[in-house]
Amino acid sequence: MTPILQTRDLTHTYGAGTPFESDAIQQVNLSFERGEFVGIIGHTGSGKSTLIQHLNGLLKPTGGDVLLDGRSIWSDKKFTRETRFRVGLVFQYPEYQLFEETVYQDIAFGPKNMGLKQDEIDQRVRRAASFVGIPEENLEKSPFELSGGQKRRVAIAGVIAMEPDVLILDEPTAGLDPVGREGILANIRAYQAAQNATVIMVSHSMEEIASNVSRLIVMNHGRVAMTGAPREVFTRSKELISMGLDIPQITQVFLRMRDMGLPVDTSVFTVEQALESLLTLRGGKGHA
Amino acid sequence: MLKDITLGQYFPGNTPVHRLDPRTKLILVVVYIVALFSAGGVVSYAVVLAALAAVVVLSKIKLKVIAKSMKPLLFIIVLTGLLNLFYSQGTPLVSFWIFTITREGVFNAVFMILRISMLITGTFMLTYTTSPIALTDGLEKLLNPLKRIRVPVHELAMMMCIALRFIPTLIEETDKIMNAQKARGADFETGSLMQRAKALIPILVPLFISSFRRADELAVAMECRCYHGGDGRTRLKELVYQTMDYVTLIGGVVFLAGVIALGHFGL
Repeated sequence: MTPILQTRDLTHTYGAGTPFESDAIQQVNLSFERGEFVGIIGHTGSGKSTLIQHLNGLLKPTGGDVLLDGRSIWSDKKFTRETRFRVGLVFQYPEYQLFEETVYQDIAFGPKNMGLKQDEIDQRVRRAASFVGIPEENLEKSPFELSGGQKRRVAIAGVIAMEPDVLILDEPTAGLDPVGREGILANIRAYQAAQNATVIMVSHSMEEIASNVSRLIVMNHGRVAMTGAPREVFTRSKELISMGLDIPQITQVFLRMRDMGLPVDTSVFTVEQALESLLTLRGGKGHA
Repeated sequence: MLKDITLGQYFPGNTPVHRLDPRTKLILVVVYIVALFSAGGVVSYAVVLAALAAVVVLSKIKLKVIAKSMKPLLFIIVLTGLLNLFYSQGTPLVSFWIFTITREGVFNAVFMILRISMLITGTFMLTYTTSPIALTDGLEKLLNPLKRIRVPVHELAMMMCIALRFIPTLIEETDKIMNAQKARGADFETGSLMQRAKALIPILVPLFISSFRRADELAVAMECRCYHGGDGRTRLKELVYQTMDYVTLIGGVVFLAGVIALGHFGL
């Protein structure tokens, strides 16, 4: 089966031919399968944002190509527009893009642009609202009356309502409290499971990445530096740190323990795994 | 796209032009504009142009940058040129259909285009080489005498400073919002004029809201640092005229007098 989304030698140069010329991304070759949950990490300026804006055709590559279902998204204008709907992109702090009078209308903006029929729009809006946990009575409220976390949910629902095959989120939990964070992540997982959608999430929180994604892409200086399961990537902690990145705190604890001479497994990255690993170390005495 | 706008932008540097006192530069711009409008002939235009060229070279601002900032005003410049070309009375050169191009028309058009471009470039040189803070400081100092007649000079200067400071921020914000709405299928490029105007609502509403939020945050931040207007406020960097400033100012006066004199003789 062809991957749903692919990049082929994707390169983007800003300000080509001027003294400000700089390569934002170079020779990026990635492919995303249906139903995958992929994380992208990289320090500020590593090209993450540029990369994701190529995936739905907001930016036109200066070199290489982006393929959706094996077809170039730039092959014709209609298909480029279709890509916008099939690859949903949620920007950072998406609540700042809300503009309609009611939550309902704001969520309906995307589906309306798709040219759907009224009853289809209505269904999608309600479905999207339920995915992100917006209660029915809030649909007729002004989005500006809601709390920060609620606004973010509305904004994410606005993209989910287009029912994209690929959902890309740029730091969806930035600036939220722990409960809000977990809430949003649960919403995203629910959407992924229900639609068998591909989710691509950019995040700075290694814990969030570790406990959600099945595959991890590390960007550095506009190139893909590593890719693999979180377990594999996080064992290369020295390289990650040299790229200005971090590893989950629990992994740091375990690495330190090994440096102190304890025979621990350092490929843990969630507290649950850590607990299990420590229990086996004690001789597998089970849950005491 | 939007990022390419360089209007009112400051390009840091350490050239003689950058080092001049902002008051000197403000006065010079006024002198320059007066000179430009009193120039009446080829020779006086050449003198003004030479002065401008000297400043551009000294400031090390690239011609490409200047050309880029002219772009949004290109329409006005071309329109003015065309109007002058066709609507001047005098000796006809060519004529076709209802149009007649006269010798005077060609002259007028060339001079008008030159005048507007030089006006724009000259004033841009001020903002390119002076940081917004220095600029408003200079303006405040220059307008200080008006305080006697109760003009809120400090407040005006502060407002201008803030406005200048937020131009790039607003442009960046607009870009972001546009992208976010495009990702939801908003279309700004096709459709009738009415549809395109309507398509702006999803950009303008969030932009207004974020501007108010920003203004509010800025006001709180300023109050937290005990800002309470201009009374009794001292400065970290007092503006002091240097020898170079006096030399430049005298040079400016001589330049203006020269151009006016040349204009007087119709050169």
